[in-house]
Amino acid sequence: MADIILDIKNLYISYRTDDAVVRAVNGLNLTIEAGETVGLVGETGAGKTTTALSVMKLLPEKIGSVDQGSIFLDGENVMEIPEKKMRMLRGSKVAMIFQDPMTSLNPTQPVGNQIGEVVKLHNTDFSKAQVDSRVCEMLEVVGIPAGRRNEYPHQFSGGMKQRVVIAMALACEPNLLLADEPTTALDVTIQAQVLKLMIELKQKMNTAMLLITHDLGIVAKICDKVGIMYAGEIIEFGSIEQIFGGEWHHPYTQGLFGAIPNLRRKDKRLHSIEGMMPDPAALPEGCKFHTRCSCSLEKCKTDIPPCMEQNGHQVFCWKYAE
Amino acid sequence: MIKYILKRLLMMIPVILGISFIIFAIMDLTPGDPAASALGEGSSVEARERWREERGLNDPFFVRYGRFILDALRGEFPDSYSTNEPVNEEVLYRFPTTLKLALLGTALSVVVGVSVGIISAVKQYSIIDSVSMITAMLLTSIPAFWMGLMLILLFSLKLNWLPATGIDNWKSYILPMIAVAINTMASLIRLTRSSMLEVIRADYIRTAKAKGATQKQVIFKHALRNALLPVITQIGINFGIQLGGAIIIEQVFAIPGLGTLMINSVRLKDTPMVMMSITFVAIAAGLVNLVVDLLYTLIDPRTKSTFVKN
Repeated sequence: MADIILDIKNLYISYRTDDAVVRAVNGLNLTIEAGETVGLVGETGAGKTTTALSVMKLLPEKIGSVDQGSIFLDGENVMEIPEKKMRMLRGSKVAMIFQDPMTSLNPTQPVGNQIGEVVKLHNTDFSKAQVDSRVCEMLEVVGIPAGRRNEYPHQFSGGMKQRVVIAMALACEPNLLLADEPTTALDVTIQAQVLKLMIELKQKMNTAMLLITHDLGIVAKICDKVGIMYAGEIIEFGSIEQIFGGEWHHPYTQGLFGAIPNLRRKDKRLHSIEGMMPDPAALPEGCKFHTRCSCSLEKCKTDIPPCMEQNGHQVFCWKYAE
Repeated sequence: MIKYILKRLLMMIPVILGISFIIFAIMDLTPGDPAASALGEGSSVEARERWREERGLNDPFFVRYGRFILDALRGEFPDSYSTNEPVNEEVLYRFPTTLKLALLGTALSVVVGVSVGIISAVKQYSIIDSVSMITAMLLTSIPAFWMGLMLILLFSLKLNWLPATGIDNWKSYILPMIAVAINTMASLIRLTRSSMLEVIRADYIRTAKAKGATQKQVIFKHALRNALLPVITQIGINFGIQLGGAIIIEQVFAIPGLGTLMINSVRLKDTPMVMMSITFVAIAAGLVNLVVDLLYTLIDPRTKSTFVKN
């Protein structure tokens, strides 16, 4: 068995605002091995980004907090790492690609400086020339001419900006890359380019990746394993074959796949799962999905469903409890 | 860039002309006889009439205005009605004091305002933040001249640390400088704080943190420059306010600057002197705003395209 890079155990995260306590992540378990790509799929507000931010220890200060559970990053418990040491890990061991490339870059700094910053922070012995050559190298890797390193973010297109962000994240060859919807803000052709680039780089550097997305198509293309998230929990987890093929699924997963439009069928309306995601400030008892589930049982309303496992394919549902 | 500067300088011409016209018109419309103030209350009607005739004051309004402007363009300025000296000499002699006071006031308000604003934002909801917000609120509500009087009472009369009036050495600048600065300082604290708070929550700040930058690096390398953009504009506007404020504060501290001159000249209906001093202040304010706009492009690379396009 390969090294485990990320091991999240029984993670609970909540956001405290003046009016309510929002429970964003509720008992999440997740492991990622070296070089592996795990997809995290779910609706908006399912807690995907929150999970990624907690791994970086970058939850919004004072508002967001980890209430329970542990996150092991390469064997070390992130919760216990002091801030100073955590800074050394950010960018070097674990890096993150953020959702919106338009706003993720500092508008008043040349892109080369922004990539150079992360290189300098984690290679304090590098000379200016060494930093510069690394910046050029990274830009070339993501397909941007190194000559443009002194230009500002507003001089680049959206896809190029995202490639700059990727170059920044990979500049120190992290063991773990958290990609938070890296392609959502991009149009389809650029999406394909960026994805291709990420797959290539991942293979070259043997980086483990947590890919957060709504897009099942992207998951099918690059992930080894997939977790389906709902209301802060992973309700189904398995290899790509188990999730996309496979016999038994969580009703929510079935709903998600049912929502993918089929070009061959002439549907008048798009399929959707009835109802709305529950308000994370007032989550239902038992299975969080029971309010929208077509096959919910009496038990679902009161008891938290058990984990049903078969060859590593986990489904958290009462339906298969027998 | 040079083209832009030239364009801005050219744009100042209509502004100055407009200001001079308005001042000239107001001076003309206000009641009072300059001849009476120049020759004294006891002077004869004939003497006053002759005095007016000599200076062409009996000509129609537009003729007088046109003559004033044309003379000014040739570099000829009329003599003051009250002192009979050329107005440009008097104004040039007094202007540095006012300018110094306004610049010192601006410097003080920027240094204190921006730094307190940053600290407040970084330590949001802390005691420091609350204290500086309340202080800022107080300082905006206090009229500058009253603050000046209170400063004199405390530091000059009671403690006897600093001179109350005049402008003899660097010590005499301290109290007026504070009085000039407080209002704009307070507004800069609040502006810097809110701008900084907005920037701190931006995505690129999170990116910087995710790269492993320290708090200090995040604030000074990433946040500050972006947060200062609206503040820089405000500083330019403040300088104009500061010049106006200096004029009032000069009265309080009996400083022989442009303000004192201006107010006295208005009382005496000394139109040439008023015109000259106000035009000077207007030019100074215009130039400082141009410098501020140029600074803006140094800080924000996105605005550079404004110059390239033209």
